[in-house]
Amino acid sequence: MQWASWSAFFNMGGYAFYVWFSFGFTALCMIWEVISLRKRNAQALRLSKLLAQG
Amino acid sequence: MIPWFAWIATIFAIVGLYIGFAIAPTDFQQGEAYRIIFVHVPAAWMSMVIYIVMAGWAGLGLVLNARLSAMMAQALAPTGAIFTLIALVTGSLWGKPMWGAWWVWDARLTSELILLFLYLGFIALQSSIDDPRRADRAGALLALVGVVNVPIIYFSVKWWNTLHQGSSINMGAAPKMAATMLLGMLLMALAFWMYTVAVALMRVRCIMLERERTSDWVKELSLNELSVGGKA
Repeated sequence: MQWASWSAFFNMGGYAFYVWFSFGFTALCMIWEVISLRKRNAQALRLSKLLAQG
Repeated sequence: MIPWFAWIATIFAIVGLYIGFAIAPTDFQQGEAYRIIFVHVPAAWMSMVIYIVMAGWAGLGLVLNARLSAMMAQALAPTGAIFTLIALVTGSLWGKPMWGAWWVWDARLTSELILLFLYLGFIALQSSIDDPRRADRAGALLALVGVVNVPIIYFSVKWWNTLHQGSSINMGAAPKMAATMLLGMLLMALAFWMYTVAVALMRVRCIMLERERTSDWVKELSLNELSVGGKA
């Protein structure tokens, strides 16, 4: 294990902002992509159901 | 099939992050800031790999006049654009503490920015043409022309004197980094790869549903899926 304590881990040797921003941004992008695709899928199904019912 | 890829991606990401944060040692030059590598390099790799695969599908769709190939290309573009953006943003967050600048007009950075514009151009061109088959052909041409940019990105650190460091991993040479760092990076790259497959399949499904709205199979599917509690 590399870290003496949790606070040392969160501090990232003084680079906390850069490191956590990088990982946070990446995670947000991926979560956003998955959520928007789920919405799009549900929307597409709803629309074609409307069409199917005439 | 989508949940499988999603689960594999999650597992690889958890193990990769654990190795990257808990096991990989501190870099003797860059301190802890180097840990950005565990998202930066895999994202940059995926931005190039996805472009090549996208151009391949687009080219196949053009030559064989195959609709599904064109839809695959269309499904990959947004994910490629997102990974390009991630590579640029995390690179900027890495450049600031190490080089003292958020951005420099270095060959590597500039060619990666051009890649982002190629993705966005492809998406914009496709969505601006109403007839899907014409949109596919126009997009395919753009994707194929833009493919020349990928080797430029890859070799930019060799061809020009760049501020961006050379590659740490070369085919045919021993990697210039600690084994645990390399392992963490490769696991994260695999996680991103599996993630890409999962979201591209999700998106191609949406595209098919939207394009084939009037076909019988989509109508049946929508009636069945939404009648069981609307879970989809």
